[in-house]
Amino acid sequence: MIENVDLSLVDWSRAQFALTAIYHWLFVPLTLGLSFILAIMETIYVRTGNEEWKRITRFWMTLFGINFAIGIATGIILEFEFGTNWSNYSWFVGDIFGAPLAIEGILAFFLESTFVVVMFFGWNKVSKKFHLVSTWLVAIGANLSALWILVANAWMQNPVGMIFNPETARNEMVNFWAILFNQVAVDKFLHTISSGFLLAAMFVLGISAWFLIRKREDLLAKRSILIAGVFGLLSSLLVAFTGDGSARTVSKVQPVKFASMEALYEGKTNAGLIVFGVLKDTDKKIGKKNIKAFAFKIEIPGLLSVLTGGDKDAYVQGLADHISGNEKLGIISIPEKIRSGKFARDVLASYKKAELVNDTPQIQAIKEVFKDKEFRDKYFRYFGYASIDKPEDVVPNVTISFYSFHLMVVLGFLFILIFSVALYLLFKGTISDKKWFLWVALLSIPLPYIASELGWLLTEMGRQPWIIQDMMTVSKAVSQISTGSVITTFILFAVLFTVLLISEISIMVKQIKTGPKH
Amino acid sequence: MSDWGRKVWIIIIIKLFIIFVILKIFFFRDFLYNNYHDDKQRSEHVIDQLINSSDKHD
Repeated sequence: MIENVDLSLVDWSRAQFALTAIYHWLFVPLTLGLSFILAIMETIYVRTGNEEWKRITRFWMTLFGINFAIGIATGIILEFEFGTNWSNYSWFVGDIFGAPLAIEGILAFFLESTFVVVMFFGWNKVSKKFHLVSTWLVAIGANLSALWILVANAWMQNPVGMIFNPETARNEMVNFWAILFNQVAVDKFLHTISSGFLLAAMFVLGISAWFLIRKREDLLAKRSILIAGVFGLLSSLLVAFTGDGSARTVSKVQPVKFASMEALYEGKTNAGLIVFGVLKDTDKKIGKKNIKAFAFKIEIPGLLSVLTGGDKDAYVQGLADHISGNEKLGIISIPEKIRSGKFARDVLASYKKAELVNDTPQIQAIKEVFKDKEFRDKYFRYFGYASIDKPEDVVPNVTISFYSFHLMVVLGFLFILIFSVALYLLFKGTISDKKWFLWVALLSIPLPYIASELGWLLTEMGRQPWIIQDMMTVSKAVSQISTGSVITTFILFAVLFTVLLISEISIMVKQIKTGPKH
Repeated sequence: MSDWGRKVWIIIIIKLFIIFVILKIFFFRDFLYNNYHDDKQRSEHVIDQLINSSDKHD
């Protein structure tokens, strides 16, 4: 029973899912971005007939192949975990997750995996044009796979397009398009794939820089830097643009997450954008949680109000507005949401009682209640609050949210600078002489990985305590299995993924040192 | 087959064996499908979990 829920079970289940998701995400973004870089390089080869472009394409395709092969099926473990560790959640989400994931499996994955065979083994066996089309389809298929996974994740941030059925205890999809075009899904898809493009461009730029440092493969390196520089600069600008759009959407659909990532406790007009800041604990509290303050900050006055509300007089909501409510702004307090959630829970409990005594009229009446729009909008959308003890429990970890967001943003601007400098030096013809920059480019390869993981950390940690925003807490979602079994599989995954990662890096490094075939 | 290709194929086969044979069969059995006979029982179990008490947060 939930009242006896083992918190260490919840924590270990979360740690296990985080571990697998973090490792899985080390493989995915390179596939998303490098597939398009390959397609662009091969297009140039087909259009110009220049064999050097074929050689360049095949070199990067080898590295793509290593990453693709090592990373493939690592995501399936997450689906295993849904059924074993998160069974209440899996059941509750119903076909909302099933439909996008099925489409992903049938369309995107098969598109990607069919043409990846042609891409790798079809050189000189199929026509140039057919091979090129296959490479493009691999890129499109890989990114479409990401779309459907992100649509499912976006629903967890902003659940739309469904009605809860008390008979099956599942959410049933009533509007596929609302789920697909959920604003969070659109933002998340564009931001995620563009960050994958950026990551791949930095990977190509960094390795090309290494060739120049070693005074090897000059032509391959410079042509690769040209593609990576242009693709990376455009992608990093797109990342900044989509990141801005994504933050605006978060401010509307997950305002508590937004206030946490800005460490904004008290709402205000003329709110400044924190460029850089260091948080410290204070004696002030929200319930039992300490309020953080800035020990140091660099702030652009009014910019947060401008970005979120259009002008500097726009009011940016703080955590206190959500904890206590703000009548003027129409923000409902957490205690009121808890009351609404408990009412929805009581209606569900009365359905169960009616079922036990086989009270058919009552069963039918309650089913209609769950279909009623007013009940859904006023009560059921806060269903998860029935599990909340204290208002402050809905505040995520402010320190993690703040630093993960701001570090990601700082890195995002650094990437724009690196790609700009790379193109400037390349066009000036001095890139080979600028050893400092070549080392910066090489050492920057891990940075987009860190930024990408920080983005996911913010997305998932910033949503806490929810697994489905406002509707289900993480604690309610977990299966009542033994903590020991979760710890065992956690250790197994840690070992398995670490071995896979070491294998990938060692095979890749060896292949890079070997260089392209002549 | 190239040296890297051979290594990658070996890793793929071992990895798929670990994931689909060892992990899936011995460690990741579907909780609801293994503990309850039909969908009615499963939905009742989930409703029980949903309507009972609140979470404990420290």
